[in-house]
Amino acid sequence: MFEGPVQDLIDELGRLPGVGPKSAQRIAFHLLAADAADVTRLQEVLQKVKEGVQFCEVCGNVSERERCRYCADARRDPTIVCVVEEPRDVLAVERTREFKGRYHVLGGALDPLGGIGPDALRIRELLARLGGTGPASDEGDIGEVIIATDPNTEGEATATYLVRLLKDFPGLSVTRLASGLPMGGDLEFADEMTLGRALAGRRALS
Amino acid sequence: MHLRRLAVEDFRSWERAELDLEPGVTVLVGSNGVGKTNLAEAIGYVATLGSHRVANDAPLIRRGAERAIVRAQVVHQGRELFVELEITAGRANRARVNRAPVLRPREILGILRSVLFAPEDLALVRGDPGERRRFLDDLLVARYPRYAGVRSDYDRVLRQRSALLKTARNRQADLSTLEVWDGHLARHGAALLAGRLELVDGIAPHAEKAFSEVAPTSDPLSLQYKCSIPGELDRAALEPMLLDELAQVRRQEIERGVCLVGPHRDDLVLGLGEGPAKGYASHGESWAIALSLRLASYRLLKADDVEPVLILDDVFAELDAQRRRALCAVAAEAEQVIVTAAVAEDVPAQLTGARFAVGGGTVVRTTTGDDPSDVQENG
Ligand SMILES: Nc1ncnc2c1ncn2[C@@H]1O[C@H](COP(=O)(O)OP(=O)(O)OP(=O)(O)O)[C@@H](O)[C@H]1O
Ligand SMILES: [Mg+2]
Ligand SMILES: [Zn+2]
Repeated sequence: MFEGPVQDLIDELGRLPGVGPKSAQRIAFHLLAADAADVTRLQEVLQKVKEGVQFCEVCGNVSERERCRYCADARRDPTIVCVVEEPRDVLAVERTREFKGRYHVLGGALDPLGGIGPDALRIRELLARLGGTGPASDEGDIGEVIIATDPNTEGEATATYLVRLLKDFPGLSVTRLASGLPMGGDLEFADEMTLGRALAGRRALS
Repeated sequence: MHLRRLAVEDFRSWERAELDLEPGVTVLVGSNGVGKTNLAEAIGYVATLGSHRVANDAPLIRRGAERAIVRAQVVHQGRELFVELEITAGRANRARVNRAPVLRPREILGILRSVLFAPEDLALVRGDPGERRRFLDDLLVARYPRYAGVRSDYDRVLRQRSALLKTARNRQADLSTLEVWDGHLARHGAALLAGRLELVDGIAPHAEKAFSEVAPTSDPLSLQYKCSIPGELDRAALEPMLLDELAQVRRQEIERGVCLVGPHRDDLVLGLGEGPAKGYASHGESWAIALSLRLASYRLLKADDVEPVLILDDVFAELDAQRRRALCAVAAEAEQVIVTAAVAEDVPAQLTGARFAVGGGTVVRTTTGDDPSDVQENG
């Protein structure tokens, strides 16, 4: 245990995802040794993120305005919505340049071990959007939903759950990314070609 | 197949150890506690990504070290592959094949196949059903590496579903997703179950035959897969059968907060004559059954055209003359056998080959192969 603020810093860093106690210590001492200007810049960026970045009222993506750039872009097809777990998955799909529709970010996946049930995800918002009562009821009828949750246990369970719910929307076509994505992985880590092919070859589920 | 080289760093008691190996017999001799089994365990880890002694990886890392490294050079059908594993406690392990990183360590499964006999094998007969399920699943993965994925998918779904049942019991949690998990449990469970059933069909005749050779005066051994689904199994419809059974026990599951149906509740029942072996077989008979299961694994893999590396960790001291002979006969036909013993006299004279002295934190080769023609014949 270190004294006061140093240990507080280590504890805070250790709470971040992917940072173990050893790395937390390393980062803390790196910051202690760094130039005051560097640390100030980091501090400012952190503050700006919290103050300036919000979640898009339509899709839940991170955004600087009320609507993110995809929801605000009139050239993007509003009739087709790609459902992903996290904002970083939006970036992964964008990198493929295969998709010209809109997004819906769930904010995670069903994960009973982590205490995440359907209420903790933005599923209600998705249903409202499909029912034409969401904040973007002006965007027109949605005709297709692509479920692009991670190809792992939690993502697959979430996909199955969504498919069941979406059956209640007559005429809606629901597709799932085609296989070929390495099972057990994260969408984020799939290379562009594989993910692009999975998007192009998506299969209908209902 | 055979190992050409094994190197470990910070693995168990070893700060560093390197062994150049050849086809044929290699004997590691050294007094108790010098680290012989640790080396056998390292080889087994490359083959199965698990230890035959502990369920988690932490004890494999040398006390005070952050990670353990195992490197193995494997020769199979004239091709040589170099596998490196970095074992870190509480975090995902990393693996490289021919110096290129692989996405997941389980991609290395199948490169090295081994059958390990060890004193711990007695638990196959006397231990919990979990020991026998692990035996089946390890062998299944050794035969068909894709089952590593099936097994881990099943385990993950099972843990998720169990967590849901547990919270459902404690507070009135949302059960609207339970059916989703049922469906996934049944799908992955059926895949695992199908693999195990086929495996038991394949291994049972080998095990029964091996037992009659090893213990000719005992009642015959029988193997039977016991499934958590009662009644006759329809192998073409395992998934719907699992789903039906889940529906049957649903109330009980919610009350108790545990998952009551699925391959994680199954067992491989070992029978001796008319009754079960567990609780009835003598000490010697139990040993003979464990030995027969390993011999059968070896023969099954060999029949598939993969010659597994045979590892005999400290087993001869436990066996009587008949059983030693049976084991020696198999060892003699193996492409590579690695034997450990506390004293050289424990190793039957027929098993001649390279010899290493283990002790004081080093492994030193003390003889060349006793009979060079031996090496050529086997290689
Ligand atoms: N993680 C670890 N860090 C340091 N030492 C360890 C670790 N795990 C095990 N050991 C040590 O390794 C030794 C046991 O090694 P091993 O089981 O290989 O012995 P052995 O040579 O097979 O002995 P025996 O002939 O009795 O079977 C013990 O002294 C134990 O304390
Ligand atoms: Mg030992
Ligand atoms: Zn948006």
